[in-house]
Amino acid sequence: MISQFFILSSKGDPLIYKDFRGDSGGRDVAELFYRKLTGLPGDESPVVMVTSGGRRHHHGRHFIHIRHSGLYLVVTTSENVSPFSLLELLSRLATLLGDYCGSLGEGTISRNVALVYELLDEVLDYGYVQTTSTEMLRNFIQTEAVVSKPFSLFDLSSVGLFGAETQQSKVAPSSAASRPVLSSRSDQSQKNEVFLDVVERLSVLIASNGSLLKVDVQGEIRLKSFLPSGSEMRIGLTEEFCVGKSELRGYGPGIRVDEVSFHSSVNLDEFESHRILRLQPPQGELTVMRYQLSDDLPSPLPFRLFPSVQWDRGSGRLQVYLKLRCDLLSKSQALNVRLHLPLPRGVVSLSQELSSPEQKAELAEGALRWDLPRVQGGSQLSGLFQMDVPGPPGPPSHGLSTSASPLGLGPASLSFELPRHTCSGLQVRFLRLAFRPCGNANPHKWVRHLSHSDAYVIRI
Amino acid sequence: MPYLGSEDVVKELKKALCNPHIQADRLRYRNVIQRVIRYMTQGLDMSGVFMEMVKASATVDIVQKKLVYLYMCTYAPLKPDLALLAINTLCKDCSDPNPMVRGLALRSMCSLRMSKLDQWGQAEVLNFLLRYQPRSEEELFDILNLLDSFLKSSSPGVVMGATKLFLILAKMFPHVQTDVLVRVKGPLLAACSSESRELCFVALCHVRQILHSLPGHFSSHYKKFFCSYSEPHYIKLQKVEVLCELVNDENVQQVLEELRGYCTDVSADFAQAAIFAIGGIARTYTDQCVQILTELLGLRQEHITTVVVQTFRDLVWLCPQCTEAVCQALPGCEENIQDSEGKQALIWLLGVHGERIPNAPYVLEDFVENVKSETFPAVKMELLTALLRLFLSRPAECQDMLGRLLYYCIEEEKDMAVRDRGLFYYRLLLVGIDEVKRILCSPKSDPTLGLLEDPAERPVNSWASDFNTLVPVYGKAHWATISKCQGAERCDPELPKTSSFAASGPLIPEENKERVQELPDSGALMLVPNRQLTADYFEKTWLSLKVAHQQVLPWRGEFHPDTLQMALQVVNIQTIAMSRAGSRPWKAYLSAQDDTGCLFLTELLLEPGNSEMQISVKQNEARTETLNSFISVLETVIGTIEEIKS
Repeated sequence: MISQFFILSSKGDPLIYKDFRGDSGGRDVAELFYRKLTGLPGDESPVVMVTSGGRRHHHGRHFIHIRHSGLYLVVTTSENVSPFSLLELLSRLATLLGDYCGSLGEGTISRNVALVYELLDEVLDYGYVQTTSTEMLRNFIQTEAVVSKPFSLFDLSSVGLFGAETQQSKVAPSSAASRPVLSSRSDQSQKNEVFLDVVERLSVLIASNGSLLKVDVQGEIRLKSFLPSGSEMRIGLTEEFCVGKSELRGYGPGIRVDEVSFHSSVNLDEFESHRILRLQPPQGELTVMRYQLSDDLPSPLPFRLFPSVQWDRGSGRLQVYLKLRCDLLSKSQALNVRLHLPLPRGVVSLSQELSSPEQKAELAEGALRWDLPRVQGGSQLSGLFQMDVPGPPGPPSHGLSTSASPLGLGPASLSFELPRHTCSGLQVRFLRLAFRPCGNANPHKWVRHLSHSDAYVIRI
Repeated sequence: MPYLGSEDVVKELKKALCNPHIQADRLRYRNVIQRVIRYMTQGLDMSGVFMEMVKASATVDIVQKKLVYLYMCTYAPLKPDLALLAINTLCKDCSDPNPMVRGLALRSMCSLRMSKLDQWGQAEVLNFLLRYQPRSEEELFDILNLLDSFLKSSSPGVVMGATKLFLILAKMFPHVQTDVLVRVKGPLLAACSSESRELCFVALCHVRQILHSLPGHFSSHYKKFFCSYSEPHYIKLQKVEVLCELVNDENVQQVLEELRGYCTDVSADFAQAAIFAIGGIARTYTDQCVQILTELLGLRQEHITTVVVQTFRDLVWLCPQCTEAVCQALPGCEENIQDSEGKQALIWLLGVHGERIPNAPYVLEDFVENVKSETFPAVKMELLTALLRLFLSRPAECQDMLGRLLYYCIEEEKDMAVRDRGLFYYRLLLVGIDEVKRILCSPKSDPTLGLLEDPAERPVNSWASDFNTLVPVYGKAHWATISKCQGAERCDPELPKTSSFAASGPLIPEENKERVQELPDSGALMLVPNRQLTADYFEKTWLSLKVAHQQVLPWRGEFHPDTLQMALQVVNIQTIAMSRAGSRPWKAYLSAQDDTGCLFLTELLLEPGNSEMQISVKQNEARTETLNSFISVLETVIGTIEEIKS
């Protein structure tokens, strides 16, 4: 059970503070929390913290927080509660606030203080959760969200998916999904939109000899609906989609995942036969399905890196040649690709030869950072980097003289986004709405696919 | 007719129910309602007329009321919001003068199954159910079967809540517990790779908790615990701990390879944690780890070298077989060590194993030369001891500098502890070299310590009550201090020392003592020390009470009753009387009192030829929760004694 809830900005300014039980000291807990957080030694976890010493009423108060969009969402409690439930509640609150205020951020929260307090009032009563369903809460929330500037679909012609540029004409504007579910109550025509995102996070570990040590895909189908709730929709997934190692569907290579979990509101009657998910989503955001896949990808990995390292211990000269091949289909591309390569301590200078002008490379925090804004599928890019590693030459060290590269070099990690690509191969075939609009506007449906790197590590 | 157009039927009935003429005629009204009920029984969807039926409930006709209530209870789950309207009528009926109406309303209200509990409600109810104790095994398994679906919930809070409940309910069925932990593996692993770092961290803490009891549980999923570059520090550290604990013959190669990568991380703290982790694994897989650690010395980085040397020091103590390899790796290290801990470790190694390291005296000589500028007294103490030890094995090379060091320590040193140590050694040398040997040549290793320190597989029951709470997140040790502080704050002024579980009992190893000490906190049980009852009073009370709890614990072989008595004393359970050691049947009577004054009287019984200890507990106030906590304390103590014995 929760004693207090507060939101702090990234600088520690309290934006929202609410006391539910009156069993705690007062407002200064927020300050206390921030002091504790910033004063933590590096190896301690900030997820739960306890107050000790100081004034009596603060004694033994647990802080549990999440960091979301640069904000700290914190609850305090004096009981030994379930951390899973509390963290879930905090994430849910973050989503709810996002739903109601448009997006979560310092600005939106401070503009919508009244709305946030109203929401908190309904969600939590005396520290117990009443409901967190956007739908239920709609009945009680009176305040309208204040949006910084009126939203219009038309001034967004060139804005693409998740901030990426694309040439496709029918592209969901990236900020379209970040508007409040409840704004413009009267304006029905704008409301009929639904966004469906298939987002995958990819973690990969490749050994220095190029063999694949680990592949892990965490996928999610997220839905953000602005349709009146209760309107039924059907989501058709790739028919070859199968779950678990044994199942096989169709004749081609199956789209296989290891484990799937669905939101409790999803009706799976047609899932077995046709891979169709039926649901009546409430307004707001909802994770329809989560899935995981390990070790066995149907498609080749998006990137391969071929490094070669020359290391002259005597002169301290280090030369790294990196060749990056993108194994996506030629019509796809990867965006915001960044390679991060830790270097041995004390590297001073960097000279570079890059294969195309739009790339950039620099030294940052003892590592090499190579930025490639856009990599076309099937293409190959390279960079030659020369560095000086001065340091005490010292006697040749023990057992290492055979090693070609200096210790402290690598592993390389890549971060990137792959728009319109899913690593598992899962696609949304269709999104059908049973809802008949009352006005003349047809509902807009935006289906988007995206993969991005979680940890893409290549040992050198 | 009704099978074809149910929509038409609903429409028609709706019209009829709304018709004021019909409403006025009691019999016709009742007739229409009866038709609704009939169609409902036939399986037609009659939820469309819910509104009208709710209106029909406001009547004096008790038959009509009964019919309407039957209808409402059937369709309330489909129309939760409309069912709310019915509540009003039901409430009004509850104050009706007619007891029949009141009863009917009450019963209907209870059977209104409205919208299902959401995840928060579920988690709350699962938590609430922890207080229930099934009366029979059958009931227990019924409950488990009913709640099974919660283990598959998409909300981690509900899954973990259900897991905890299962673990606690099935405390007498270890195989059920293991099954549950296997099933929760998927959700936990998913949470460990969740996008929310905080959730990920909490899940990792729980994984570690499970690993304490089932070391092999996550071994095949070791790759899930590889750290990624962008993760925050606290998650990486948890993952390294997990990797350390799940290592086995199959994955040791890959895990070590991964950990080796972390040792050169930009963050010095993380690199050091990884090195210590390799040191931990080295207790089992010595050769591979020593090789990796030796290679790391080649980096000639201060923060790495110091930790590697400290790891070596601990390792040769526990695994003497690696001494040779360590001694070969040491030369040259002294150049890259600046901090106190690292210097102490290196000096200790040079002193104890100096006869195998050719240049040991010369390295120590450097330290002696620079002793004036040495800032850490602990290093000087270590140097004194090490040099004296080395002097015993290599006197010719050490005599001169030992003299210089002793002179410095006695004449010039400002730190009293160092000076005293110097004087002590000086006087010891005066007594004669044999005496020095007798005092200083202690064993150079103690492999048994590793076995003792190695966390024995703890029973699931020892932490089941901590599952899905903050305890695994803080870590047991930290939690113990937190709850101790809170306990001290909360406790009654008359009983200032309620949390005196810390009183040291020489018989329980540190590890186990900690466990004994913490268990009671979870059940908020505080046993009061020094509440010795007289034997008379005990007997009187014992005879006047009924047995509140009875159970048997496995018990093999002989033991010394004093051991048990002292162990019980540590947790504030007093022994009133006890049979002689070895006698059969053997009996003991124990008493304890908690801070609310509740008495626990216990009989332990060992029957001849039986390999079980029978425990009967009586309580002067019937409070199940404290009783359970008391029993778990008792179980732990007895379990610990049993472990030590075997």
